[in-house]
Amino acid sequence: MTSRREITHNGLWSNNVALVQLLGLCPLLAVTNTVVNGIGLGLATLITLILSNTIVSAIRGFVRKEVRLPVFVLIIASVVTIIELSMKALFYDLYLVLGIFIPLIVTNCAIIGRAEGFASRNPIGPAALDGLMMGLGFLGVLALLGALREIIGFGTLFAQAELMFGEGARAMTLEINPDYPGFLLAVLPPGAFFGLAILIVAKNWLDLRPQEKAQAIDPAAESL
Amino acid sequence: MTSVIVSSPYVAPVNSLKRLMIQVIVALLPGTLAYAWQFGPGVLINICLAILFALGFEAGILKLRAKPVMPHLTDFSAVVAAWLFALCLPMHAPWWLVLVGIGFAMVAGKHLYGGLGFNPFNPAMVGYVALLISFPREMTTWYLPGSISGETLGLADAFSYTFGGADIQQWDALTSATPLDQLKTGIGLNIAIDEIRQAPLFGEFGGKGWEWIAFWWVVGGLWLLVTRTIRWHIPVALLGGMLVISSAFYLIDPDIYASPLFHLLSGAAVIGAFFIATDPVTAATTDKGRIIYGLLIGLLIYVIRVWGGFPDGVAFAVLLANMCVPLIDYYSQPRVYGEK
Repeated sequence: MTSRREITHNGLWSNNVALVQLLGLCPLLAVTNTVVNGIGLGLATLITLILSNTIVSAIRGFVRKEVRLPVFVLIIASVVTIIELSMKALFYDLYLVLGIFIPLIVTNCAIIGRAEGFASRNPIGPAALDGLMMGLGFLGVLALLGALREIIGFGTLFAQAELMFGEGARAMTLEINPDYPGFLLAVLPPGAFFGLAILIVAKNWLDLRPQEKAQAIDPAAESL
Repeated sequence: MTSVIVSSPYVAPVNSLKRLMIQVIVALLPGTLAYAWQFGPGVLINICLAILFALGFEAGILKLRAKPVMPHLTDFSAVVAAWLFALCLPMHAPWWLVLVGIGFAMVAGKHLYGGLGFNPFNPAMVGYVALLISFPREMTTWYLPGSISGETLGLADAFSYTFGGADIQQWDALTSATPLDQLKTGIGLNIAIDEIRQAPLFGEFGGKGWEWIAFWWVVGGLWLLVTRTIRWHIPVALLGGMLVISSAFYLIDPDIYASPLFHLLSGAAVIGAFFIATDPVTAATTDKGRIIYGLLIGLLIYVIRVWGGFPDGVAFAVLLANMCVPLIDYYSQPRVYGEK
């Protein structure tokens, strides 16, 4: 049994959906041109992951091994439909911006990956926690990539925040320099690939740095 | 006494990367001077700035990669890339445009792939395309040649524009579409090519002013061929490919398709054929492969110009062909002697 601590660390960092598993890249690359879009899709994916993991874990005793994948897909599709309809009701403008990528959460490999790899083998508690942590890890990367691309591409941060947080959030929009000409490449698809690559490099660098430091010290220790 | 057994070659080759790059720079000089003569000294400022920034980026990233800095800076490969990149820019570009473009070229186009010799894409073209997609307004503000407008921006004016001291509006009367742009717009409006070419922008064969620059690129290119800095395969195949496809369509309907000579002498076709497509790192390496590679670029340039969204397509064509190089090289390996 995996401990809570381990599940949390896995989801947020060491087995991050976007940076390590490299799953769900289609929505990740397509909608992260602003922070708000990234957070919107990230939240939708997060809720889907929690619900689908919980349900899959709850029924894991009743589903025969041979039919488990279609059943998982049905569960995920139902959850996504619920979320899509709720977003249509609650955040209509954001729903319009994200468009096809909300129903496409069904095809996000990360979700069926967690259902198959974790939820179907663990009790409800850890499964829900795993969904939460994996979802948060994904949300974090979406938001970070969105921020990176928005700052470089448009020179703003939290533009169109009112789509998600209501009219009061209009003031959240930060404009860094009104004369900024805009670096369109960051907003276009290539920018998403470059941005994601930079984030992966940054993560690997952070992971490897302690090892390299340790190695740098070793030879000195031997010579003593 | 022992004799050392030496294998061939017995004569040490005189070629070095540095020598090659200096030859390219010398070959670029006549065309560059013709450019400056037609359009004013703005292009020289662009070249100097680009070289300066390129060396800065090169030094910075070499240091970051813990590689020796000086040998790479003095092999002039960054200078050539910067020079070619600057020639693609509009004659009067703000300094930050040069900085961003050459930075992208050097860092993303060259060093992220492993530096000189490892980059699959021509760095100068990577930088240019990144700018063209990102800053369409700045990248399409072209100026009239002095032979039409009667005056070009002097050195002081060009400087003050490059460094943000003056607004572009001031010289609005000197800006203009490029001949290829004008042609594309005219065809879009269903105007016959004969009529479009009545405009003062057009010269005898290509664009007024531009055709002379193209002539001097050819001179530089021929010198590269004579000194065997480049081989004939790529330029001949590229220009030949363009000639064949543009002649075919010109014969079908000369009202909608411009003449082959116009296509060859406008835009970046000639400089592309002799200087850009022949980059030894990113071009195909076998003789047969070079011919396929050149033909591919020639056809793509024509396709992009006539049916694409951009008035000229040399940069895109070169990058697309760069992508095909591993495949071309794989299938064009010469037969090893003695094998079937």
